[in-house]
Amino acid sequence: MRFMSLAFAFVAALTLSFALAPPARAEIEVNVNRGDVQPLPIAIPPFGGPQGADIAGVISANLQRSGLFRPLDPASFVEHDLDPAVQPRFALWKQISAQALLNGQVTAENGQLRVAFRLWDVNAEQQLLGLEFTSTPDNWRRIAHKISDAVYERLTGEKGYFDTRVVFVAESGGRTAKVKRLAIMDQDGANPSYLTDGSFIVMTPRFSSNSQEITYMALRPEGSAVYLFNLETGRRESLGQFPGMVFAPRFSPDGSKVAFSVAHAGNSDVYVMDLHNRTSVRLTSDPAIDTSPSFSPDGRSIVFNSDRSGSPQLYVMGADGSNPHRISFGEGRYTTPVWSPTGEYIAFTKQTGGEFHIGVMKPDGSDERILTSSYLDEGPTWAPNGRVLMFAREAASGASRLWTVDVTGRILQPVPYPLGGSDPAWSPLLQ
Amino acid sequence: MVPIPDRKTALRIALVATAAASLAACAHRPKPSYPTTPPAAAAPAPRAETAPPPAPVSQQAIPGSEQDFVINVGDRVYFDFDKFQIRPDAQPILDAQAAWLVKYPAVSVRIEGNCDERGTREYNLALGARRANAVHDYLVAHGVSSGRITTISYGKERPIDPGSGEEADQHNRNAHTAITGGAASR
Repeated sequence: MRFMSLAFAFVAALTLSFALAPPARAEIEVNVNRGDVQPLPIAIPPFGGPQGADIAGVISANLQRSGLFRPLDPASFVEHDLDPAVQPRFALWKQISAQALLNGQVTAENGQLRVAFRLWDVNAEQQLLGLEFTSTPDNWRRIAHKISDAVYERLTGEKGYFDTRVVFVAESGGRTAKVKRLAIMDQDGANPSYLTDGSFIVMTPRFSSNSQEITYMALRPEGSAVYLFNLETGRRESLGQFPGMVFAPRFSPDGSKVAFSVAHAGNSDVYVMDLHNRTSVRLTSDPAIDTSPSFSPDGRSIVFNSDRSGSPQLYVMGADGSNPHRISFGEGRYTTPVWSPTGEYIAFTKQTGGEFHIGVMKPDGSDERILTSSYLDEGPTWAPNGRVLMFAREAASGASRLWTVDVTGRILQPVPYPLGGSDPAWSPLLQ
Repeated sequence: MVPIPDRKTALRIALVATAAASLAACAHRPKPSYPTTPPAAAAPAPRAETAPPPAPVSQQAIPGSEQDFVINVGDRVYFDFDKFQIRPDAQPILDAQAAWLVKYPAVSVRIEGNCDERGTREYNLALGARRANAVHDYLVAHGVSSGRITTISYGKERPIDPGSGEEADQHNRNAHTAITGGAASR
């Protein structure tokens, strides 16, 4: 299914006709870093107008899943049928212990949906945010995601991650009869669609950070191939022929290069190809397994997985292959490194104590923290704000599902996609 | 969980299956006809004699066929956790594979490296490639020309044992030699 990028009209912020009084107390603030933060109670009544209840529902689900907000039960609301152009009756919202209120109105005009909303600090009785989004009616989910991002950013100070998609491998069948299909969905599990037909194994897809392009590896008995696939045009092309199995592809941050591995005569090394002239450079050259490269967001470094020390560990080298140095030193085996989009952390899979864990460390290897633990957790991918990871959790039965965890490790949630999935890769914020 | 037989057991199972197949084949052969006298004459009733059971029809695999390779040589060897070195118990099987491939020079093979699930996806692809390559190098060292052998890694994507736990893991750490062409057919 081709991805259609749709334009949004973004009207200037809405202001109230009456003057805003200075706040009675400090503005509400949601701190993403505090491990003991209580989710902020927020009231999100159904928006007025067509699709209003659906839009409010998607926003509530997004904010709840972030773990930082607690949308209140609409059955408890006293004031109804709010008009965002009118100030709410704050006393009725304080009564149910709401600290924030989000209300909105949907208007259909000229074949488009225009959604106006306001975010209120209930206790300070003041507007925090007022915006309007316009798009085609079938794009109502993206409007809800954009509103979610605006609310999240206004209250946390961090950019949101809700108007994004995830490319992944949809799995079905038992362990010895698994069918794998490349798939894409919204980050909340909605709108899933398949990109391959399940007749061959697919693995480890990745998004480009600046274009509607993905790369993935296909494995057939005749051999493997890495593909570039443009989601807008549907164009698919192979990265080329290599002297051995090619796998583990990912884009550089500027989209001009692809890093990958080739296993030649049993020896896996990291390569980088310049997509403009299609020349490849080999970056590692030792008999160890060298794979799973990941670029730093400034494009100057690459973290990768090598067992040159005798067991799989994490190494950082220059993007030209210079000065590889080890950064993982804990007890266990480290694989699948991914550099966060903000540059702050490297996430990874760690095996120790008979279990698998998702963890993060600073790029110099310090401050290692384990976030999850299970029979088999693997393959984290970063949300574009660098605060949340999605990964695959496989049970001993072989069933694999997608989960998210935030970077404090405190908020662990299953992704609402109901079927089997693995190898998730998170898109940047959509335009 | 279906236990995966080792080569000796597989051979025994195959022989039993062969014998059973022969008996089944007997049951469908036309019965031998007894001599009868013309109905008009009073004749002694024919005596039913117990015929000795016929010798079993040999249904062994055709030499040089894929079945011959799988049953009489063995198409899979196993590895230790995170290792790709050929184990001592694998060497006789690979010696037999090499000898068989030398005997039937038209046959081409693909070595498929496999891993257990206790590792991550890309690392296991790389490890499977090491295992496939180790078998390739062994066969080449024992007289099989490299041009007849392709290698591939399936990582942990193609387990033969759907169970979890060390026994299943042991079965899944293997290299499979698949015949891709040139074998005799029935």
